[in-house]
Amino acid sequence: MTKRLEFDLNTRGSGLRRIDPSAKDQMTGNAAGLFHMITFSLNGETMRADVGATETLLDFLRERQGSTGTKEGCNEGDCGACSVIVTGPDGVARAMNACILFMPQLHGRAVRTVEGISGADGTLHPVQAAMVAHHGSQCGFCTPGFIASMAAAHTNGATDHADQLAGNLCRCTGYAPIIRAAEAAASEGVPAHMAETLPKVDAPPFAMPETADALATWYADHPDATLIGGATDVGLWVTKQLRDLKDVAFLNRCADLQQIELGETHIKIGAACTVAQVLEAIRPLHPSFAEMLRRYGSVQVRNAATIGGNIANGSPIGDSPPALIALGAVLHLRKGAAQRETALEDFFLDYGKQDRAPGEFVEAISVPRQPDRLRCYKISKRFDQDISALCGCFNVTVEGGVVADARIAFGGMAGTPKRATYVEAALKTRPWTQATVTAAQAAFEQDYTPLSDMRASAGYRMQTAKALLQRYFYEDHGVAGDVLEVRP
Amino acid sequence: MSVHTSAKHDSGPLHVTGAARYTDDIPTLANTLHLAFGLSEVARGKITAMTLDAVRAAPGVVDVLVAEDLPFDNDVSPSAHDEPLLATGDIHYLGQPVFLVVATSHLAARKAARLAKTSYQEETPILTIDEALAADSRFEEGPRIYQKGDVAAALSAAPERLQGSIEIGGQEHFYLEGHAALALPQDGGEMVIHASSQHPTEIQHKVADAIGKPMNAIRVEVRRMGGGFGGKESQGNALCVACAIVAARTDRPAKMRYDRDDDMIITGKRHEFRIDYDVGFDADGRLTGVDFAQYARCGWAQDLSLPVADRAMLHADNAYQLPAARITSHRLKTNTQSNTAFRGFGGPQGIVGIERVMDHIAHHLGLDPLTVRRRNFYASGGTTTDKTTQTTPYGMEVTDSILDELVGALEVSADYAKRRKKVAEWNAANPVLKRGLALTPVKFGISFTLTHLNQAGALVHVYQDGSIHLNHGGTEMGQGLFTKVAQVAASVFGVPLEQVQITATDTGKVPNTSATAASSGSDLNGMAVKAACETICTRISEHLGGDAVFEGGKVRQSGREITFEEAVKSAYENRVSLSATGYYATPDVAWDRIKGQGRPFFYFAYGAAVTEVVIDTLTGENRILRADILHDCGASLNPALDIGQVEGGYVQGAGWLTMEELVWDDKGTLKTHSPATYKIPCASDRPEVFNVALWEGANAAETIYRSKAVGEPPLMLGISALMALSDAVASCGAPYPALDAPATAERVLAAVTRVQR
Repeated sequence: MTKRLEFDLNTRGSGLRRIDPSAKDQMTGNAAGLFHMITFSLNGETMRADVGATETLLDFLRERQGSTGTKEGCNEGDCGACSVIVTGPDGVARAMNACILFMPQLHGRAVRTVEGISGADGTLHPVQAAMVAHHGSQCGFCTPGFIASMAAAHTNGATDHADQLAGNLCRCTGYAPIIRAAEAAASEGVPAHMAETLPKVDAPPFAMPETADALATWYADHPDATLIGGATDVGLWVTKQLRDLKDVAFLNRCADLQQIELGETHIKIGAACTVAQVLEAIRPLHPSFAEMLRRYGSVQVRNAATIGGNIANGSPIGDSPPALIALGAVLHLRKGAAQRETALEDFFLDYGKQDRAPGEFVEAISVPRQPDRLRCYKISKRFDQDISALCGCFNVTVEGGVVADARIAFGGMAGTPKRATYVEAALKTRPWTQATVTAAQAAFEQDYTPLSDMRASAGYRMQTAKALLQRYFYEDHGVAGDVLEVRP
Repeated sequence: MSVHTSAKHDSGPLHVTGAARYTDDIPTLANTLHLAFGLSEVARGKITAMTLDAVRAAPGVVDVLVAEDLPFDNDVSPSAHDEPLLATGDIHYLGQPVFLVVATSHLAARKAARLAKTSYQEETPILTIDEALAADSRFEEGPRIYQKGDVAAALSAAPERLQGSIEIGGQEHFYLEGHAALALPQDGGEMVIHASSQHPTEIQHKVADAIGKPMNAIRVEVRRMGGGFGGKESQGNALCVACAIVAARTDRPAKMRYDRDDDMIITGKRHEFRIDYDVGFDADGRLTGVDFAQYARCGWAQDLSLPVADRAMLHADNAYQLPAARITSHRLKTNTQSNTAFRGFGGPQGIVGIERVMDHIAHHLGLDPLTVRRRNFYASGGTTTDKTTQTTPYGMEVTDSILDELVGALEVSADYAKRRKKVAEWNAANPVLKRGLALTPVKFGISFTLTHLNQAGALVHVYQDGSIHLNHGGTEMGQGLFTKVAQVAASVFGVPLEQVQITATDTGKVPNTSATAASSGSDLNGMAVKAACETICTRISEHLGGDAVFEGGKVRQSGREITFEEAVKSAYENRVSLSATGYYATPDVAWDRIKGQGRPFFYFAYGAAVTEVVIDTLTGENRILRADILHDCGASLNPALDIGQVEGGYVQGAGWLTMEELVWDDKGTLKTHSPATYKIPCASDRPEVFNVALWEGANAAETIYRSKAVGEPPLMLGISALMALSDAVASCGAPYPALDAPATAERVLAAVTRVQR
């Protein structure tokens, strides 16, 4: 740590000399030794800093800047104590978890931490004043993160407070006074100092391709590299598994991978679209999918996580794949100039194994336009910000009282997201009746052999998977079955 | 007066701007060392070989210590000297600290700690209550038993009788700030420790032993914690001792903080319990006798498990008259984290036991559970002539109950009867979703059951300008203790609260402090501060001629009035001491914890909650819809802060009994070691309708301004959520649901499936 002081001195003013990378390695754990200068705005001031490829914003703030207002609660994006506000080129203020945000992702962006949320003269932001007035802090350790999330929501005029704050854990208050504070502050104006001006930046210092073509070329040359979308998963490789990532590319400047095209026959979603983007785009088409995505992670996670990442990491418990499989989604893959398509369910070969060649990446996902028959059921210990024990997605088409088509897929029931082909077969061409449903439930045993883990037992998973088909049938017949819809 | 007003938390403006400093935020010298423990990878066995070469060679590593390197006492236990800082060859749980990495950064230390190559001679770990019973693996020589009357006779004579059992899971504290410590070496081997600890004196004591110094060479400072909940009563010893040893060895500052996963894997949690019961009662649901067997999973070291298990026994009655009772307590030793203090300290588990019994009796008799509960309440104000029924199983007469009135008032404000009817109607109309409703009471005993801990000290200075410097033995972990105690000081001196400077807890200012625990912070430290302030007031008063009144920033005496500042200046110039210590020891408490007889508690705090839930009978998913609470804080020192404790306690208690689940695999690995897998309630889990009010009334006991302790009691209001879930499940079929805790969706579905059979 003797080098830390030296580095701090170097980053102040315009000096910005390179320092011995090995010293920084010790601080940032970046064995790749790749340090490059990025430019971003921190609490309204333009800042240039030499950063490591997988150096987190939280470590940068706390260990290098000595800005200790932002807290480390879990170092994995699950508690929100490190929440900060990040503003990108679209000018939207977004709450994000600093603990799993890599510094290069901030190039050209504006970051606002709790220290910059009050005015330069110390005037409290409306959410800060309301938190004091409503006794919204007790131990205070989660408070800076809450303030960041609340201020972002306040800037955006969002008033679904419980949703906005689902990614911020508090162990003291029981949340009631925090929600009261958020409500009280909602009608107050946004202070002028919250406006961000993005710094002018030079070409990106790291591998940060700006087009899919550039990415394809780079990745073909670096087939063993790690592609980083929002870093909500890769972040944990670094902060928890303590892995050194040798070669990385960041996708957050890849504009053409962040488009959603609403075509007449398909909706095509770029792989680098965030879950927050997808949620908004899908809401009018498939509201149940959107509601499931509302429970995907938290605001902070949805603002960072990409749909392509959720698919390409091959997790058996990612929530978007079963829904997309049930909708008949097609994956667009690319390696160099070569592009191909595959049905999404065929992409998942086995646990930890996907149909993806080295240097090949997910470019987009296409979902056929169709009448909405999709229902997504996410079962988890906590409704918000929890990984599914199982997630069942049902898309059953009934014509003339008979099941014309059925696409059903589950997460959490196998080593991959997987279609329930036996259940589908047991439904198709049969009358859409309780008897058919009851008979089809038995077919789950042919489709799945779930495991027991800390989220649920195998027995519960199987019993509940069957029950979710029943829920779909009930819902189709107007029987209330969603505890989230019940009001006191 | 400053007391009885809703002054804001003194640190609020600092919290919301990020300016409030926690241990890891303290600026340190550039040569500060950072520590991390290397952890055992098996739950039980012996280390046969350990190669640390790669650890030592890792970038940034300065030193690596094993047990043999420790210069003095290798122990961080708060009780039985059975908890080595670093394992001495025998491994007792998976995650036990085995070696200590000293490095130039936190990350370098963490990375290096994973590079050890260790081989073990593994033994089959004892993980569960059943395995511990089978192996007779326990603390103390056998079960502890408290008895009242002839239980066997009462049970055999009872018109009705039931047996049952409930499993009650443990709970991770999940303070948002993980454990952290900083040791700063001083002249001549003295040491200053900054710690995130509820118990600075114990840190002082353990550090002194570990570096071979008397306690007077160690000074421990705690400004605030980012949450404690009991988890920082003893569990911070290891970090502070490790830092002190390294600081003494290197003459450099040493700092340690647990990564969240390490924190959850290393430190103890709330004790998991199983409670078996055999209860006799009459046709009206009046209990005539009950036999409880409480099985506590204590983990590998004794820590605070004995008093935790004692308190579970002491709360086996909760609010109810037990004419005959036997409580048998097994303190089981397992190869898991050493369970420790957690808000309620065993009391919640004991209370869950009797609340389950009440629920079961009501179900058996087809009565509303509230009716059964009320029929068994201790009489209000001790107004019964029958001393037998009004006496707890440990022989303490209950003279201060207000539950009849409090529950009556809550029943009305929460509209219990009407909602009970509506729930039944709603359930009849809904085949899949079912609602449940329950009201449960709390009676919680206030005092440390280790009686000598019921003492506190304070140090108050008044400076020449009239500003007041306040120090006491309590620690601030978010509960607002510092604010409340400052209100006491401001009230005695009759000055605005702003005139009182709150300062960090410091063993150099107030010695021999008890942990800030057992809900005792305000009761003990408030009284000690009051005594110190009164000493100074008396001196000023005598200087002015006697009988001075301190009020509104003025001092009045014999018809003349001067400002407080003028009075202070005058006293100073006339050589009157303006600094005083204060001391308080709780009166009247004395008991025998082995026999289970006497008066362990100065008084009881009361409260009650009504919770309404909904469950999905297809999946077991469940939610709290509404909670109504009426809680007794006596004459509240600060109603807003007390309501904060009540709201937060309820949500924490409900979380414990519903969604918070600890899971170990059969190797003894804690599988739920981060917030990704261990789920505490989030904002949307709070009840959508959440009505919280404080009972208006003064404490019958002579406490600080007749207030009552509030830290722990509200946690047990969350038991109403478990009982409401049981009520919802009961609407699905005839058998009793026998719902275990935590009532996750999986457990609720299993119970629904059982009763539907």
